[in-house]
Amino acid sequence: MAITRADVEKVARLARLRLSEDELTSLTNELSQIVTYVDQLAEVDTDAVEPMTHAIELHNVFADDVVRPSLPREQALANAPSHNDQAYLVPPVLGD
Amino acid sequence: MSLTEQSATELLQLLNQGEISSVELTQSYLDQIEAKDSQIGAFLRIDAKAALARAADIDTRRQSGKPLGKLAGLPVAVKDVLCDTETKTTCASRMLENFRPPYDSTVVAKLKAADAVLIGRTNMDEFAMGGSTENSAFQITRNPWDLERAPGGSSGGAAACVAGGMAPLSIGTDTGGSIRQPAGLCGVVGLKPTYGRVSRYGLVAFASSLDQVGPLANTTEDAALLLETIAGHDPLDSTSLDVPVPEYTATINRPLEGLRIGVVREHFATGLDPEVESAVRDAIKVYESLGATVKEISLPHSKYAVATYYVIAPSEASSNLARYDGVHFGHRHSQLSVPDPTSNSLVEMYRCSRSEGFGPEVKRRIMLGAYALSAGYYDAYYLKALKVRRLIRQDFDTAFEQVDLIASPVTAEPAFKIGQLADDPLSMYLVDLYTVSANLAGLPGVSLPCGFSSSGLPIGLQLQAKPLAEETLLRGAHMYQKATDWQSRKLDQLK
Repeated sequence: MAITRADVEKVARLARLRLSEDELTSLTNELSQIVTYVDQLAEVDTDAVEPMTHAIELHNVFADDVVRPSLPREQALANAPSHNDQAYLVPPVLGD
Repeated sequence: MSLTEQSATELLQLLNQGEISSVELTQSYLDQIEAKDSQIGAFLRIDAKAALARAADIDTRRQSGKPLGKLAGLPVAVKDVLCDTETKTTCASRMLENFRPPYDSTVVAKLKAADAVLIGRTNMDEFAMGGSTENSAFQITRNPWDLERAPGGSSGGAAACVAGGMAPLSIGTDTGGSIRQPAGLCGVVGLKPTYGRVSRYGLVAFASSLDQVGPLANTTEDAALLLETIAGHDPLDSTSLDVPVPEYTATINRPLEGLRIGVVREHFATGLDPEVESAVRDAIKVYESLGATVKEISLPHSKYAVATYYVIAPSEASSNLARYDGVHFGHRHSQLSVPDPTSNSLVEMYRCSRSEGFGPEVKRRIMLGAYALSAGYYDAYYLKALKVRRLIRQDFDTAFEQVDLIASPVTAEPAFKIGQLADDPLSMYLVDLYTVSANLAGLPGVSLPCGFSSSGLPIGLQLQAKPLAEETLLRGAHMYQKATDWQSRKLDQLK
C-alpha cells in the first residue's frame, strides 16, 4: 500500500519524533516500499488461526507480594538529564 | 601456536593446570586488540586496567586454592546492550551515549560469578537494529576476513572480535539473526538459544518476544561452555523458562545416533549464491557420511517469515523505545524552544530529544511499528502477522516430528561490502531470510563455518532444532566440526 507524506507526518507525531523535510521524503518512499512488501501477508489464509504473541506460550507468572528495597533515589536520578535531587525536571506539561 | 589461537576450552585447561596465568592470557588478548582493532573496530570500549586487575585477582585466588567459577580467568567480550554497573551501556546509540546502568544484567552477573574477565564492550547496530553494524552511531566494524566488507550484524563487533583473535568468547544477542548472521559472515560459531533459555533481565529491549542472548566462539565446544554458564531460569525475567540446564560440555563429544537431518525445499530457491549452496549441500553430505539420514521437508510459510518479522519486530520496538523520553535517562534536547506552536513544550521536548538521539534505522523501525499498530492498520498488519507467526511455528512443529535438525544456509551470500546495502533498507531486511523464522518460532539455532567462497570469504551452515533441544543442536554441530577443519583455518592477512 502506498503511504503518503501526510501519513508519515501523522505517524511521526504518534511516535513522538520530529522529522526533517528530507527525512519525511525518504521515509515516505522507504515505508511505502516496506509496507508493499509486507502486504503479501494478505494472501495467507488465517481465518481459523489464533494470533501468537509469544514464542513460548507461558502460563501466568506471579511474584510474591512482599515489600522489597527499590532503587535508591540517588541512583534512580543519576542518569536523568535534569533533576533537582528530589525529582525529574521537565518542561511545562500544560500548553500556555 | 600462540595463546590467542587456541580455543577457550584449551585455554581453560592451561589456566587450571597452572601452565598460564589469567594476567598473561588477558594481556595477550589486549595486545591483539591493540594491534588489530584500530583496523577492525570491533570494540567500543576497553578497560585494560580493570581487566588485568580482575585477572590478577583470579590468579591469586587460583594459587591459594580457593573455589573458582566456571570460566575462571577467561576473557569474554560483551555486546554493548547488556547492562553492567562497571561500564556504560550505550547500545551504540547517541541516546544512551552516557548511560551508566544502576544494576547488572543477569547474563553479566553470571559471567562475573563465573570469574570471567570482561575484556571489553563490542560494537553493534544501534539498539541491535540492522544486519551490518553500519548503524552504530559511533564507528564502523570491518570484517576481519576482508576489511572492505561488513561483519554482519547486529552483533558485528561480537563476531569480528572472535574472528580477529581479539577475544576467545563473546556474548551477542539475536532478535532476527543478529548472532547467527555475523557468525556466518565472520566464520565463527554463534548460537541463538531457545526463547526463554537465557534471561533477558538487563538486556536493553528491542523486540521482547524475539530477543535472546547467546554465545559466539571459535568452536562448538566453546559455545557450549559459554551457553551453560549464562543459561537458566531467572525470577527477574518472567519469560525465562523454569527448566534445568543440561551440562552441554559433558555430552557434546557424543555423536548423535540415528540423526535425521531435514533439508527445506524452500531454502534452495532462487537468490541463493551457487557457492553458498554447494558448501551447504557438501555439509549435508558430510552428515550422510557420518551416518545421518537426510530427508527433504517443507516449511510452506517460510516465505512469509521476513514480512511477518518486519511487522512484529518494529511494532514491539516502537513500544519498547517509547521509554526514551529525555526525562529519566538518555539524551535530552538542549533547547526548550518550541518549533511547533500547536504542540506543548513537553511533547516538543520528547520529539526533539528522540529525533536527535536516534539514528535513521531506529527511526525507520519506530515509524514502521507505530504505523502497523496505529488505528485502522492494527488488524491488517500486526494482528495478521501474529497469525502468520503461528503458522510458521506450526510448520516447524510438523517438521520436527520427522527430523532432529534442520540444515540450511545462514545467509544467501557471503559478506557484502560496507555501504553496499546501506541505502536500500528492504534489501538489508531480506538478508535475514534464513534466520528470522527461528526467532518467530522461538527455536534454537546455530551458525558454524562450512566452507569458503572463491574469494576467500567464510560461508556459514545453520542448524535449527526444536525448542530446548540445544543439547542436540550442539552435539550435531560438533559432529560436523570434528569431521571438517574449516574452523581451524586462520586469518592470514591480519597477521
